[in-house]
Amino acid sequence: MSETNTKTIKGRTGEWELVMGLEIHAQVASKAKLFSGAAVGFGAGPNEQVSLVDAGFPGMLPTLNRHCVEQAVKSGLGLKAKINLRSQFDRKNYFYPDLPTGYQISQLFFPIVGEGVVEVEAEDGSFFNVGIERLHLEQDAGKLIHDLSPTESFVDLNRAGTALMEIVSRPDIRSPEEAVAYVKKIRTILMYLGTCDGDMEKGNLRADVNVSVCRPGQYEKFKATGDFSHLGTRCEIKNVNSFRFISQAIQYEARRQIEIIEDGGKIDQETRLYDPTAGETRSMRSKEEAMDYRYFPDPDLLPLELEQAWIDDIRANLPELPDEKRRRLMSQYGLSQYDAVVLISDQAKADYFEEAAKGRDAKLVSNWVTNEVSARLTAEGKEFSENPLPAAHVAQLVELIETNVISSKIAKEVFDHVWNGEGSPAEVVEKHGLKQVTDTGAIEKAVDEIIAANPDKAAAVAEKPQAIGWFVGQVMKATGGKANPAAVNDILKAKLGL
Amino acid sequence: MTDLTKLTLKAAIDGLKARDFSSEEITKAFVANIDAANPKLNAYVVQTTDKALDMARASDARLAKGEGGALEGAPLGIKDLFCTDGVQTTAGSNMLRGFVPPYESTVTSNLWADGAVMLGKLNMDEFAMGSSNETSAYGSVVNPWKSKASNADLTPGGSSGGSASAVAGDLCLAATASDTGGSIRQPAAFTGTVGIKPTYGRASRFGMVAFASSLDQAGPITRTVEDAAIMLRSMCSFDLKDSTSLDVETPDWTASLGKGVKGLRIGVPKEYVVDGMPTEIQALWDQGVQWLKAAGAEIVEISLPHTKYALPTYYIVAPAEASSNLARYDGMRFGHRAGEAKSLTDLYETSRAEGFGKEVQRRLTIGAYVLSAGFYDAYYVRALKVRRRIAEDFDNVWGKVDAILTPSTPSAAFALGDKQIDPLQMYLNDIFTVTANLAGLPGISVPAGVDSGGLPLGLQVIGKALDEATVFQVADVLEQAAGFTARPDKWW
Repeated sequence: MSETNTKTIKGRTGEWELVMGLEIHAQVASKAKLFSGAAVGFGAGPNEQVSLVDAGFPGMLPTLNRHCVEQAVKSGLGLKAKINLRSQFDRKNYFYPDLPTGYQISQLFFPIVGEGVVEVEAEDGSFFNVGIERLHLEQDAGKLIHDLSPTESFVDLNRAGTALMEIVSRPDIRSPEEAVAYVKKIRTILMYLGTCDGDMEKGNLRADVNVSVCRPGQYEKFKATGDFSHLGTRCEIKNVNSFRFISQAIQYEARRQIEIIEDGGKIDQETRLYDPTAGETRSMRSKEEAMDYRYFPDPDLLPLELEQAWIDDIRANLPELPDEKRRRLMSQYGLSQYDAVVLISDQAKADYFEEAAKGRDAKLVSNWVTNEVSARLTAEGKEFSENPLPAAHVAQLVELIETNVISSKIAKEVFDHVWNGEGSPAEVVEKHGLKQVTDTGAIEKAVDEIIAANPDKAAAVAEKPQAIGWFVGQVMKATGGKANPAAVNDILKAKLGL
Repeated sequence: MTDLTKLTLKAAIDGLKARDFSSEEITKAFVANIDAANPKLNAYVVQTTDKALDMARASDARLAKGEGGALEGAPLGIKDLFCTDGVQTTAGSNMLRGFVPPYESTVTSNLWADGAVMLGKLNMDEFAMGSSNETSAYGSVVNPWKSKASNADLTPGGSSGGSASAVAGDLCLAATASDTGGSIRQPAAFTGTVGIKPTYGRASRFGMVAFASSLDQAGPITRTVEDAAIMLRSMCSFDLKDSTSLDVETPDWTASLGKGVKGLRIGVPKEYVVDGMPTEIQALWDQGVQWLKAAGAEIVEISLPHTKYALPTYYIVAPAEASSNLARYDGMRFGHRAGEAKSLTDLYETSRAEGFGKEVQRRLTIGAYVLSAGFYDAYYVRALKVRRRIAEDFDNVWGKVDAILTPSTPSAAFALGDKQIDPLQMYLNDIFTVTANLAGLPGISVPAGVDSGGLPLGLQVIGKALDEATVFQVADVLEQAAGFTARPDKWW
């Protein structure tokens, strides 16, 4: 990571720096749960997607879902991480009504995916690397519902047993912006791979953020030695499920920690929750209250052994990943890094661009896609994947500009009509008579009339050449904006003797 | 007319097939025996008489058409550890009182597919934790055998005490059982019956209430070695619903019978001579060696040096797994739930304190302790290492021997109440059997003699993984040589 990315925070007693590591929980895109055949999906009634295995009935045994393993391997490859040929499932034991068996099956000792690295784009266009410590598979828990009755709580086990990938980063993240950029990048990679739908609103991707603060210089000492004692005591903020909340929670938490230390106190290692309404983090449990999960290898499941050939096969069939796509868009279409980054942030957007850019001016297509089309979708609260506008329309619009049929200015008007469903750009141009006037005779006629009607202004132009703008405006007005601006300029200059 | 309830499983199956008698007849005969005996022996916790008669009539219909499976029409008892669809399954615990599973275990499904008839559910130590059946929420099972020296009620052993007592007391032709540290072989030895625990992974654990997942194996308790071979074949299968199930063929083990042991090498482990072992047990073991030698086997003294660590290892591994396996009994979805609770934690604690008996609570406490932070490496991890050594001990001798002969238990059946006050004394019952569980090996107990009080004693044969064939081969020779025909006098 470059030094320039490090943001310092000013406290009363001097400067502070932030150090963060994230644990991202991503629900595996799968039709069935990790260890039972029960369906996974949104919209089912309470407890309709629960098997006897999920409900922890006596004598029920877990059997591993091969598809979920493949998804984890795919994700690991996407994170440029080591795939462990031998991994193992462990039980994390604790009592809670959303956990029917009394233990969560996870991978503590031997995760399926080991170390990797992710290249993340910062806001300023620079890149920084975040180390991945591990990715492991585990079960999600069910859901408790407390607000249906004043005296009872209800349990919905639809989510219980759903496969999650927990992606643990190294403490390589140094600012709220970096944290958000990192989560965005992981989300994009998983969505490209089709291993997680990335739907944060439904909680299908959420993050635990470990935050600590230290004095400038301490982080570098940690990096040099690997000794965590150079860093501050960390607090873990659990289950933050939006980019905005991640940023807010980190900012609040950093302030809180700095104030405590500057007031002579010390940070207690604890688990905290972010309350978006109050805009603050609150203690959930301290280290002393931390549960002893009594992890041990799950005796119902054999160690998971993967064949290298199977992994190679998955690797060979991986889709193009965001980083590769970014590099290709730059070299193949001559796009700037900025444009490429904006396009690849959403696979549907990049695909849309490529479809529209065939044989067209790619830079122009990129502008239309990232500006007008994106703005309309945002205004209507739609995702790019829900884009109602065919890419062919954008292609045609750009073609009309390229061939001087319409001006860029008129193109915006054409776009409005097309977006409103009035047909293709060519049809709209025809219907509304928006074709650019390139007939010099017609333009000359308009120019002559305006000069004749305004002799004083025409005389003044000789003194003040920039006053030609007024004449351009008049001509455009007279031609309903359809005159080719370059032609208007040329004719005016000639007639006015400039 | 012969008493149908005294037939061997093999003879009954043949008789049913030959239409010498009907399944309904033999089923009714067993029902009558159970009705008469159960108030004294307490072997059955649930009788499914109506279901049994329905199944028997259906079997008779198939037999009449010349159809039917390997166990067609044979009335069996089912250990209450196996989940049975629509029939209460409690694993001998108040925690599960009233629990009726809407599913069937793979083992019992296999039996019904082969035409067997279910007489009912058999009593057992609570969650299979016990060696005397005294931990059952339904009270102890009583051994049909009595010592000549005393009229005291004796234990049938445990945890499959109901299964052993029912087979010995003519309350079923054969029974399912399960073995985590000796729970098939010890009760078989105490009741003059045959019990085999197959190789770990032969029988599916799906639908079997879990005690210790890495050790639990289902197996039968029967009257003869041949019956055990027949029953075991029906019980075993590769099952995709159990990840530890072995994808292997289930052979016809009756083919091993009558082969003799000529040329087989039988190991006698010196470490199985334990302090304070009764001379009768040593004498029985010596006798077994003589029988096999006389039948042409080569006797090889072997060493299994880590044997002395087996029991402590078992009492770390099994409780650890149990403490996690039994966490699901929390009063939330099924089973016992405390009537009043002040908080969620209180509800958990009270439900479990009320639902579980003392021995289960003791083992769950031990299990939670050995897995807890700071103790995990010292106890659990170390126990796993020792377990590996114990398995290696066996691996190291298989080049030299084909099977191993040991006593099944360090004593004959003891009186109910004798050892209950001292759990450590009780745990010693498993000393000869627990190694096979830790190493995942097949082991059989064959009745081979009686002690001075006329109580049955058993010899154990341990074999290589998946080599039940040799185990049956040796057991068959021991059975023939011992000519064990003693039956308990009916006092009930």
